[in-house]
Amino acid sequence: MINAVLVFNNHGKPRLVRFYQHLAEEVQQQLIRETFHLVLKRDEHICNFLECGSLFGGADYKLIYRHYATLYFVFCVDSSESELGILDLIQVFVETLDKCFENVCELDLIFHMDKVHYVLQEVVIGGMVLETNMNEIVAQVEAQSKLEKAEGGLSAAPSRAVSAVKNINLPEIPRNINIGDINIKVPSLSQFM
Amino acid sequence: MPAPIRLRELIRTIRTARTQAEEREMIQKECAAIRSSFREEDNTYRCRNVAKLLYMHMLGYPAHFGQLECLKLIASQKFTDKRIGYLGAMLLLDERQDVHLLMTNCIKNDLNHSTQYVQGLALCTLGCMGSSEMCRDLAGEVEKLLKTSNSYLRKKAALCAVHVIRKVPELMEMFLPATKNLLNEKNHGVLHTSVVLLTEMCERSPDMLAHFRKLVPQLVRILKNLIMSGYSPEHDVSGISDPFLQVRILRLLRILGRNDDDSSEAMNDILAQVATNTETSKNVGNAILYETVLTIMDIKSESGLRVLAINILGRFLLNNDKNIRYVALTSLLKTVQTDHNAVQRHRSTIVDCLKDLDVSIKRRAMELSFALVNGNNVRGMMKELLYFLDSCEPEFKADCASGIFLAAEKYAPSKRWHIDTIMRVLTTAGSYVRDDAVPNLIQLITNSVEMHAYTVQRLYKAILGDYSQQPLVQVASWCIGEYGDLLVSGQCEEEEPIQVTEDEVLDILESILISNMSASVTRGYALTAIMKLSTRFTCTVNRIKKVVSIYGSSIDVELQQRAVEYNALFKKYDHMRSNTNPSVTVITIQASNSTELDMTDFVFQAAVPKTFQLQLLSPSSSVIPAFNSGTITQVIKVLNPQKQQLRMRIKLTYNHKGSAMQDLAEVNNFPPQSWQ
Repeated sequence: MINAVLVFNNHGKPRLVRFYQHLAEEVQQQLIRETFHLVLKRDEHICNFLECGSLFGGADYKLIYRHYATLYFVFCVDSSESELGILDLIQVFVETLDKCFENVCELDLIFHMDKVHYVLQEVVIGGMVLETNMNEIVAQVEAQSKLEKAEGGLSAAPSRAVSAVKNINLPEIPRNINIGDINIKVPSLSQFM
Repeated sequence: MPAPIRLRELIRTIRTARTQAEEREMIQKECAAIRSSFREEDNTYRCRNVAKLLYMHMLGYPAHFGQLECLKLIASQKFTDKRIGYLGAMLLLDERQDVHLLMTNCIKNDLNHSTQYVQGLALCTLGCMGSSEMCRDLAGEVEKLLKTSNSYLRKKAALCAVHVIRKVPELMEMFLPATKNLLNEKNHGVLHTSVVLLTEMCERSPDMLAHFRKLVPQLVRILKNLIMSGYSPEHDVSGISDPFLQVRILRLLRILGRNDDDSSEAMNDILAQVATNTETSKNVGNAILYETVLTIMDIKSESGLRVLAINILGRFLLNNDKNIRYVALTSLLKTVQTDHNAVQRHRSTIVDCLKDLDVSIKRRAMELSFALVNGNNVRGMMKELLYFLDSCEPEFKADCASGIFLAAEKYAPSKRWHIDTIMRVLTTAGSYVRDDAVPNLIQLITNSVEMHAYTVQRLYKAILGDYSQQPLVQVASWCIGEYGDLLVSGQCEEEEPIQVTEDEVLDILESILISNMSASVTRGYALTAIMKLSTRFTCTVNRIKKVVSIYGSSIDVELQQRAVEYNALFKKYDHMRSNTNPSVTVITIQASNSTELDMTDFVFQAAVPKTFQLQLLSPSSSVIPAFNSGTITQVIKVLNPQKQQLRMRIKLTYNHKGSAMQDLAEVNNFPPQSWQ
């Protein structure tokens, strides 16, 4: 089971916080801070698995994390999840975000926190992995975005010039992402600011 | 009232804050605005306000006043409202608040909504935070959706069912019929979550586990298709078809095959196939291999398969990817007890991992190395581990030292090697050795009788240069105190004996006493050692007395007490001093004269059997006065190492009434306490 999904930047500022057990706000913030400190200490040579001891309450919880430029993606899991599998899942999540936001960068996560949650919701439900096929996830997220747009979106205001620009059919720009390549280094994500 | 600002407006504003206080102020201002907006019951802007609230919540600010608003959003007809409302409910609410029960009706309606995405939202929320009551109420709806042909909903329903079962285990039976056709699905998402559901049910109930064993052939078939199928672009990840699904199935197979011969046999072939055919150049391949290994080790697989699994782990150890090395070591640690010989074959690779840069890999390599030490490899392994002890991080040293002591005790090929190993640990990591190790080591040294001289000599040399490592100094002090006589007599068989004088020995012990680096416990050891030497040394007793009396006024209460007691021993019980050796019996004779004339030139002699040694101290006088008006006392010391019954022949010669007299007698009735 996945206990928590945390995304924060190199200074510890949270960009996405999702706990799958209910915790008081102060506890949540403390966990974010401590996780950040644990993860910050890690060298490049060290493996991506951290035993966090009793930090999250359980004795067998592990932190599995990946560092992409300015962002840390951290999954807290128990022993029922495969460590290597979760590493792959983080990659899937990140590549999916990349597809949904078109060359995602930190600013996208900052200004569209709700959308990031929606993407995560199509990957993980209640701490369990729901879907791992990137194209499926992207399709479902986009279908729901369309529904929202038809209703006027979150801003509940009529379409403005900005959103009109977004709807223009721009010519297809070939992207450098290798669809089948889930490898540790993803060059296309170097645009994290 | 002006329209509430948009979410991105708020975010932009907050990002301009330069201090925490500024940010707090902005947040408070916005919260106030949001509260007023809520009070106005404005439907248009509610979703925007809740979105802002969730953002502020992520930054750590309280957002509980938005809980009811989330419920209102959920009840709205608009998809946008429902979406942010459900998200808010999942982030802000939990079953401890009564408010959450109000959601039940909305969720029920939404589970039957005409738009699948709304149904999806409801399933997601229920599956995340549904309380037991909610789950009881809505389980029927979930069960219905588990049987739908819509794969988007079906996969979500499966995970929602898992949550329901976790909350209300009695409801598990209810989902049984729906599981019948789950594995016939073509859609991988549904297959994946179905396997998760089946896994949950098997883990919770032995009956379910028995029931689902019949699915093994079907699972094997699905797995086979995944491996053998040609390139299928929708599921392909680095040339492997849906690795996540493969891993899930392997895990379920593990649970089904555990402790069951038939199931284990049915999956033997596919496991061997996956183990040999999986491409290992990418991480996804390794994840599958790893899961396969875990399954092989957990079920009743045949030995050939087990050896294959351990060899895969051995190959993992050589992988460049540190994550792979880490999981390999973790697994080897789990299997080293059951498959000891197979793991032994990879010993040298494991020992190499002691030099890894990654701290968690080093730790596992260390634990595994200790598990692999046996009578055959102990010399080689100890060499590596001692080298590791020397160079490893401080956090490892205590455990490593303890591990080496244990292994040395179990498998030492010779006493000399054992003592040498202990010495090496004490000198390399002397300050990290655990406190309880000191008495154990002392016990060990005591029992190695023939090594006493060697041990004390080596320990003496070790602390000569540096007496800062407390456990080392404590053991050394104790040994010097006990075997100091061997040290100065220069009798050492194992190595070149050193020339040490009693004064030099006392020098070092006194330095330890005065040193600031010495802990109180260490000082106690040193003082006691000095005291003990007063019975083993012959030339420096006065010096010892002086040292002991100085510490009679030490600030340290423990030392003071010891010194005072030792002083008393010097004064009152001096004649019994060498009786610290329990093999020595001290006999005091008193001779008295009841006749009316003195006895003069009185000499007492005694003889004992061959196994005994006798020492007669000087008598108090050679004249025994008449009429019982005085006595001669003389102390006899008998050394009785074999604890045999004491017998003595005595001869008394004296002059009485002008003539020489002689009396002979045999004494056999010494009390047993005197010689046992």
